[in-house]
Amino acid sequence: MADLKTLVVGRKDAVDLDVEQELPHELMTVNMGPSHPAMHGTVRIVLTVDGERIVKGDVQPGYLHRCFEKESEYATYTQVFPYTDRLNYVSPMINNVGWAMTIEKLLGITKQLPRRAEYVRVIVSEVSRITDHLTCVGASAMELGAFTPFLYFLKCREWLYTLLEEVSGARLTHSYVRVGGVSKDLPVGWTDKLLARLDEITAVMVEVEAMLNQNKIFRDRMAGIGALDREACIKWGQTGPIARAAGLDYDVRKDYPYSVYPELEFDVPVGTTGDCLDRYLVRIEEIKQSMRILRQAVAQLPDGPVMIDDPRVALPPKTDAYNTIESMIRHFKHIVDGIRVPAGETYAFVEGGNGELGFYVVADGTGRPYKAYVRSPSFVHLSTASTIIKDHLIADVVPIFGMINMIGGECDK
Amino acid sequence: MSKKVLDALKAKFGDAIEATDDQHGDETAFVKRDKLREIATWLRDDKAMAFDAPVFATCVDLLDWRPVSIPHTPSTNTRPEYDGAGPRFEVCWQLRSTTHRHRIRIKVRVTEADPKVASLTPLWIGFDWQERETFDMYGIRFDGHPDLRRIYLYDEFVGYPLRKDYPKEKRQPLVRRPDLVGDH
Amino acid sequence: MLELVTSKLEDAANWGRKFSLFSYPFVTACCGMEFMSVAAPKYDIARFGAEFPRFSPRQSDLLMIVGTITEKQGPALRRVWEQMAEPKWVIAFGVCASTGGFYQNYHAMPGADQVVPVDVYIPGCPPRPEQVLDALILLQDRIQRKDGHSQLRLKREKIVMRERAALED
Repeated sequence: MADLKTLVVGRKDAVDLDVEQELPHELMTVNMGPSHPAMHGTVRIVLTVDGERIVKGDVQPGYLHRCFEKESEYATYTQVFPYTDRLNYVSPMINNVGWAMTIEKLLGITKQLPRRAEYVRVIVSEVSRITDHLTCVGASAMELGAFTPFLYFLKCREWLYTLLEEVSGARLTHSYVRVGGVSKDLPVGWTDKLLARLDEITAVMVEVEAMLNQNKIFRDRMAGIGALDREACIKWGQTGPIARAAGLDYDVRKDYPYSVYPELEFDVPVGTTGDCLDRYLVRIEEIKQSMRILRQAVAQLPDGPVMIDDPRVALPPKTDAYNTIESMIRHFKHIVDGIRVPAGETYAFVEGGNGELGFYVVADGTGRPYKAYVRSPSFVHLSTASTIIKDHLIADVVPIFGMINMIGGECDK
Repeated sequence: MSKKVLDALKAKFGDAIEATDDQHGDETAFVKRDKLREIATWLRDDKAMAFDAPVFATCVDLLDWRPVSIPHTPSTNTRPEYDGAGPRFEVCWQLRSTTHRHRIRIKVRVTEADPKVASLTPLWIGFDWQERETFDMYGIRFDGHPDLRRIYLYDEFVGYPLRKDYPKEKRQPLVRRPDLVGDH
Repeated sequence: MLELVTSKLEDAANWGRKFSLFSYPFVTACCGMEFMSVAAPKYDIARFGAEFPRFSPRQSDLLMIVGTITEKQGPALRRVWEQMAEPKWVIAFGVCASTGGFYQNYHAMPGADQVVPVDVYIPGCPPRPEQVLDALILLQDRIQRKDGHSQLRLKREKIVMRERAALED
């Protein structure tokens, strides 16, 4: 304290100002609290900083722990679909599809789903993946000061939300997929609207890429920041755009293909350095690849039913349920007891917006899961955050956090 | 899909593998608790196994495990009904190999009185937070974990909520409005 | 006569307040996506004067609690609310912030009004942006009518001070 006094009060003479003095420095604890402007999720980062440089970071999630697993144990298998929507709430269809695939694996009906149902699932999943990447890139750009790409991407996202609302009835939390197919067929003329919108989104993406890709400020803030190399990615269990940006060529759609992905042609973008700029570029490229998948899927979309014809799993058609007693009882038992899944356990996984999203379900023969564990990619990715932000500036936490794309609902389940 | 992994495990470790299971395309190996670290290290380092990527770590609480059979439907379940005598928790880890593209699930059975198991975080750093979550939700203590503390819940929380005997709606509030009337 | 002047001044002040709300978006969950949509060009909240989020509670007067509040988050929310200067208003955005939604478990708080007094509740999971704009208009009416919780509290305080001063005379 005495030193500080000399520093402040003692420098009265002009000659003192020429003398360089060693300022007292000690490590400071700064809290980036659970409520902060980065609108990705609510997480608390306790930073120990030396000036602006981070010495140690302690990331504390759990501020959005909404007990998905405990709620699932008390809900029937179909009632869990709304809970899965709210896991990765920017790409809800993919979570729905993942849960449906796990239950179908337990029931053993994976190969018996109607082709149209599989194609519709792929179409809505890819639309959800595009909304996920648009939100991630838009919000990250806004946090770095680029407000215009955010508004442009939100405009595109609104178009996609309107399309998904026509399909499922809700803009954000759809609960559209069911065990054995999807709940409703696509509306008439929807695929044409989708293709028209994809062209418009391509035009907007050209504008945004022109604004960001060669922008010196953007590149300076993103390049070389938060790099994680390929070996570290494997050890930390990273998947999705973060792993691909580091050079790890792992995409569940290509390596463990599911649904109708083997019949669709697309590329998997892989980066080199694993820093924030590569993650951004990988996401932009993935949007383009998703649009490619969508165009092919719409062209190959077959006719037919969208729900499996199996009374153990599907609800009866409404005309039957109102007119015959057997169908009414079947409907009643499905809603009240749930789909009865034979006892066993399995782990099924899909390529979520953030990486390998998996569900480990233990079934006990009743209509409610005994245990439903979500392997959430955001949780695994956020665990690397404490290591990545070391030796960066406080301002670098913003692009790192943005490009990790930690979705609070998925991370904290 | 990865049956040869199970065969190799049984061939190398024999007795330490208590049981193996193969349902719906997932291979599982039940491992004796004191041999866990050794087996996991072999799974990571052996060239034919090369399990280098962690997938998930969790636990199953068997307290209410009374499976019901569905008429005319076969089930793949091999676990008997829980009678209160045997181990209550099954701690699971799932591993993946980037080069050979096979997967395996390792399980260790622990009792309620002694819920301790060796941590696999020193081998795969990706299990760090997942083991903390399992500790937070089920109370399993991982020996050798660098920083075992609660991750989702706050430190003042008493109990382990995902255990079957914790009621779903039992809240432990940290703060309430001073003028709030009634019990919430 | 003096009261007429002060009440007209008060009305003018409330008119100014309601059309220039500085919001603090306490965003936690999925409703945050709809909050982004409300602020976006299609369902523009800027036409109501409330588009500028101030990311400091000391500079804002509208606390929008967007998304589920959990028990772990409770102390943080209470502190943010206490740091705001009066008059302040609170909107509970979404059914999780209003009553807990369909999360009735050991960690999700059954409504943000367990820790802060709420002026307008917006149901919906998540609410459509039109619902949010409707709620904003409801809040603006409440502000004009001097009916928000903190405005009523200030009024009560004024009455209590006046009675106390009258007793001491």
